[in-house]
Amino acid sequence: MTELALHHAHEPPAGFTRWLFTTNHKDIGTLYLLFSLLMFIVGGSFAMVIRAELFQPGLQLVDALTFNQMTTMHALVMFFGAVMPAFVGLANWMIPLMIGAPDMALPRLNNWSFWILPFAFALLLSTLFMPGGGPAGGWTMYPPLMLQTGMAFPFVIFAIHLMGISSVMGAINIITTIFNMRAPGMHLRRLPLFVWTWLITAFLLVAAMPVLAGAVTMLLTDKYFGTSFFNAAGGGDPVMFQHVFWFFGHPEVYIMILPAFGIVSHIVPTFARKPLFGYESMIVAVMSIAFLSFIVWAHHMFTVGMPLAGELFFMYSTILIAVPTGVKVFNWVATMWRGALSFETPMLWALTFIVLFSIGGFSGLMLGLTPVDFQYQDTYFVVAHFHYVLVTGAVFAIVGGVYFWLPKWTGHNYDERLGKLHFWLSLISVNVLFFPQHFLGLAGMPRRIPDYAVQFADWNMISSLGGFVFGAAQLLFLYNVVRTIRGGAAATPQVWEGAQGLEWTLSSPPPYHSFTEPPIIP
Amino acid sequence: MPGPHPIRSRLVAALAGLWSFPAAADYALNLTAGVTSISREAYRLHMIVLWLCVGIAVVVFGAMLWAVVRHRKARGAIPAQFHDNTRLEIAWTAIPFLVLVALAVPATQALIAMEDTADADLTIKVTGQQWRWRYDYLNEGIGFFSTLDDKSAAAGRKNSGVDPRTVDHYLLAVDNPLVVPVGKKIRFLTTATDVIHSWWVPALGYKKDAIPGFINEIWARIDAPGTYRGQCAELCGVGHAMMPIVVVATSDADYQSWLAGMKATQAAAAAAATRAWSKDELMAKGQQVYNTMCIACHQPGGEGIPGVFKPLKGSAIATGPVAAHMDRVMNGVAGTAMQPFAKQLSDEDIAAVITFERNSWGNVAGDLVQPGQIKAARK
Ligand SMILES: [Cu+2]
Repeated sequence: MTELALHHAHEPPAGFTRWLFTTNHKDIGTLYLLFSLLMFIVGGSFAMVIRAELFQPGLQLVDALTFNQMTTMHALVMFFGAVMPAFVGLANWMIPLMIGAPDMALPRLNNWSFWILPFAFALLLSTLFMPGGGPAGGWTMYPPLMLQTGMAFPFVIFAIHLMGISSVMGAINIITTIFNMRAPGMHLRRLPLFVWTWLITAFLLVAAMPVLAGAVTMLLTDKYFGTSFFNAAGGGDPVMFQHVFWFFGHPEVYIMILPAFGIVSHIVPTFARKPLFGYESMIVAVMSIAFLSFIVWAHHMFTVGMPLAGELFFMYSTILIAVPTGVKVFNWVATMWRGALSFETPMLWALTFIVLFSIGGFSGLMLGLTPVDFQYQDTYFVVAHFHYVLVTGAVFAIVGGVYFWLPKWTGHNYDERLGKLHFWLSLISVNVLFFPQHFLGLAGMPRRIPDYAVQFADWNMISSLGGFVFGAAQLLFLYNVVRTIRGGAAATPQVWEGAQGLEWTLSSPPPYHSFTEPPIIP
Repeated sequence: MPGPHPIRSRLVAALAGLWSFPAAADYALNLTAGVTSISREAYRLHMIVLWLCVGIAVVVFGAMLWAVVRHRKARGAIPAQFHDNTRLEIAWTAIPFLVLVALAVPATQALIAMEDTADADLTIKVTGQQWRWRYDYLNEGIGFFSTLDDKSAAAGRKNSGVDPRTVDHYLLAVDNPLVVPVGKKIRFLTTATDVIHSWWVPALGYKKDAIPGFINEIWARIDAPGTYRGQCAELCGVGHAMMPIVVVATSDADYQSWLAGMKATQAAAAAAATRAWSKDELMAKGQQVYNTMCIACHQPGGEGIPGVFKPLKGSAIATGPVAAHMDRVMNGVAGTAMQPFAKQLSDEDIAAVITFERNSWGNVAGDLVQPGQIKAARK
């Protein structure tokens, strides 16, 4: 290679082709994060339709079929379009910086795994405009109901296959990078927590996503090729789908929370100015949670009529998860204990994560008790539970992580006052939105209904009001992020006073190719 | 002067309820204790685990709050540098584990009691279908459909113009409730004909999925006479919100007289199936059947939902040869929401609804279908 070409290779090409052909981990990370932000808005707008229809009893805005499409698409878009790509984007940006690598191990695969996603979601979202509309059987796609889907059906299945391929490739890339690209001296026992949690998450992805692919392929052949995997009349078993689906689905929910544990384990020590408490027990806890996630799936289906022994096994394994989860929470609190705390925006999101995620954990423990789950199952209590875990858990950690790392990525400090305003508005409105849903569920309101009995009217109205404010508050986030990308006060390499780790030794923003020489690990 | 604003007064009531949670075990805030031993056991466990969670929350969040207030940099705190403590870590792994074991004991006992469906006094088969329930009293030879009542159905249509608050038990009332005796052990067998449903009455303490090709068992012994309402709890399509459950528990004497009345009604209906019906009779009966069985998909004007549910108005089936129409209604279309109604409806119901569909909304086939034709076609 000539001198000129060598020099050239270090500069990003200009224009659209930079993004289309990029193999740079920071560019791809940025693409993932922007895509996730877009999907967050799309999925959020579906949620606004849902809350607007539920604002009062009766059907006013949409018919039941549209409502069911909204609940189905809201979940699919938020899981596979918003939360998972956000974590992959954060991994792309931060893992090479944290382990002292120049880039990801498989840069072309990296490009491909991102660029599949826009096509997958174009396919999925296009079904909303097809005759008969999009999928309306819930994101869990239980047959036989899912088999009643019209034209949208094969498009949905194909879109899910694409998302699965993208996730598995992303996971393979992350595993390969962590095992092969660490700087000399970056032993596994010194690996930052975000890298550790992502390593374990990536293994979950590789194990779980193909199971989903298998399940939806069996749906496809049941509908079009005359098989009867899930058709009782043909000798099949509709409950088997649920077993296969949740064998994927439960690890899936941990895929969406383990990297969040990692993020919080970086933010809390930084703003406590004190090392993370119990580094090793944190890793062991994450590994135990990952292992348990494969043997608890049937707690999503206690009411299908399992044998007593099965119900007992899944109850015990489920409530056991409270032990490692508790260890993590205790460790975070111990990290704060006798630190020197300050409360910049990322810390506010992280602290809120700890409290509200724990509330989601408490309701999870309640749901794990089979005899009471017979009451809770399929009610708004479950809706409240998983939104505490996924919104005030996963999403709050992502938002905290974005505020934490945005100055590093852009080289600009974000507007702290706007960040705090965004935080307080979100904190209040999200609880007005989701806390009353516990009451609704306990009082007997089933989930996934477009219309409800009038005794549920008051809490639904309050919940909807919270939802509208929460939705609007996220526009502040969008504005703050865009503004920080475009300019602002210059950030130092260290950014935060208490920040520790290789990523903070590089300039802000870091050079296009970071660590072309392996860093010295002290 | 009008009363206090409903939301505000409810909010005040709710906050007051939160303050004294178990005492104000209000249906609108907390789980119901219900009217069976199972529901009371579920409620007891619910309250135990709820208070356990509150206790843990007070300790953990209290420690967090303490650190947030006392260990802040703004107060001049100097950060300590400790990062582990083996004894502490063993304690907060072992203690939660022991607490969970203590919690698992009553939960296991409750579960074992719930699964014991032996020695039932009567057995009722509960069949879910899009979107109604069917109850068959297996020891008595009677059975009937239980469908959302007309007032709720009318008010629940999009932009119906009817305020749901004016409808008695909106979305929780049915035409034919399930009538059962108090004090008897009732075994329910749940199943479904099309998609998965879930039969849930909170006051009885559980829900159980109704799954095509499967039969699930649950039981209840109801202590107190009364009307207990519930809903389908598993997403089952566009009518999911519209398949409520109403259980009327009565004294054994009232139950026996209800049974006798029901048997007489069903015997009269069977006799009616053999005679020839007039057009007016068929149209009236047909309208009634249509409104309970067909309207959710095919819509009040027979127009269907484009791309999802086929129209009947002007359709080739409803205006063409009667044999094809009978075949469609009786045998359905595999893999769609159109079920084989031969198994679900009586001869006169099928005859009437076909007659109604062929002579409504501008369809002018003009012909009548008699119950006898359906009976013949069944063979
Ligand atoms: Cu149903």
